[in-house]
Amino acid sequence: MCGAKKGGLDLKGVDVDKEAVIQGQVLRGEEPVGGAYVRLLDASGEFTAEVPTSATGHFRFFAAPGNWTLRTLAPKAAPVDREVVAQYGEVAEVAVTV
Amino acid sequence: MSRESALVSADWVEEHKFDAGVVLIEVDEDVSAYDTGHIAGAIKLDWKEDLQDPVRRDFVNRQQFEALLSERGVKNDDTVVLYGGNNNWFAAYAYWYFKLYGHGDVRLLDGGRKRWELDSRELTDEVVKREATEYKAKEPDLTIRAFRDEVNEAIGVKNLVDVRSPDEYAGRLLAPAHLPQEQAQRAGHIPTAANIPWSKAANDDGTFRSDDELQALYADAGVDFGKDTIAYCRIGERSAHTWFVLHEILGQANVKNYDGSWTEWGSLVGVPVALGDEPGKA
Repeated sequence: MCGAKKGGLDLKGVDVDKEAVIQGQVLRGEEPVGGAYVRLLDASGEFTAEVPTSATGHFRFFAAPGNWTLRTLAPKAAPVDREVVAQYGEVAEVAVTV
Repeated sequence: MSRESALVSADWVEEHKFDAGVVLIEVDEDVSAYDTGHIAGAIKLDWKEDLQDPVRRDFVNRQQFEALLSERGVKNDDTVVLYGGNNNWFAAYAYWYFKLYGHGDVRLLDGGRKRWELDSRELTDEVVKREATEYKAKEPDLTIRAFRDEVNEAIGVKNLVDVRSPDEYAGRLLAPAHLPQEQAQRAGHIPTAANIPWSKAANDDGTFRSDDELQALYADAGVDFGKDTIAYCRIGERSAHTWFVLHEILGQANVKNYDGSWTEWGSLVGVPVALGDEPGKA
């Protein structure tokens, strides 16, 4: 199915060598933000995917190699953009503070 | 149709959610979302279990739709307000069913679940049980549903709008990159289809863009509003979102959703397929 699913840090069962993983956590200060929305935008700024964060603030995308922007929307916060580079065989970890 | 008759705001829902004659329905791709919290008073429809035929590839027929809504306690004269996650994709898909089976008053909550959550509005896990009804559906309105033969005849004749992401359109991907999925045999798009991703019709918070922005979006991408239009995606839910924009918000006549979409077209023997970023020739 197309669409959002919950992210998390456990990569069990994922063949990381074949994936360009982008994942991380949304934080407000030290506190994780669950129920935030993280949008994955491609190099031209086009929407590619969106996931809600888990209760622990985590999110994950299986992207393609290249340059991406993560745009995070959270309640009572302005949207935050973060640039990230994804590559096969690597997990790009991004902490987003709103 | 118009924005006013097809959409309601979150404030409207806050004010009217317990009114007699108003039924809130959450429709999600993530079917566990409702159970973790939903708008007070809302019932749930499961897009797969409730809305698809369990055996054939088709959605529920008239009798199945009647039985479903009767059991869930929806009346024919109720104002049905649909909302959900994923920027209302599956809520728009359900909206299209309600119109197909002739429901009188059906609306989408603008922005769906996301806007509601970003506003920090209240969600509850209280389960809602409505009294059963005797819902009567009409014969399916096939003026809003396209089948494959009609799509084949529309190549180079009608507006074809492919609402998937640019990589799916070009044939570089068979499905959104981050998910394991049901896939077609071949990648690409239907020749002459314009690529106008569904996401361009929505703001970041999931609400729809203004009428003027929407009009310009489709016109600039080559949609001729004087012609009939068929929208498709991969399984028909993202294109229901675009069908909603064109038919319900902008009030365009003769707009159909091809719910067979790429998973059907990309597996058919003998039909034309275009690769790359250009629409291609008829």
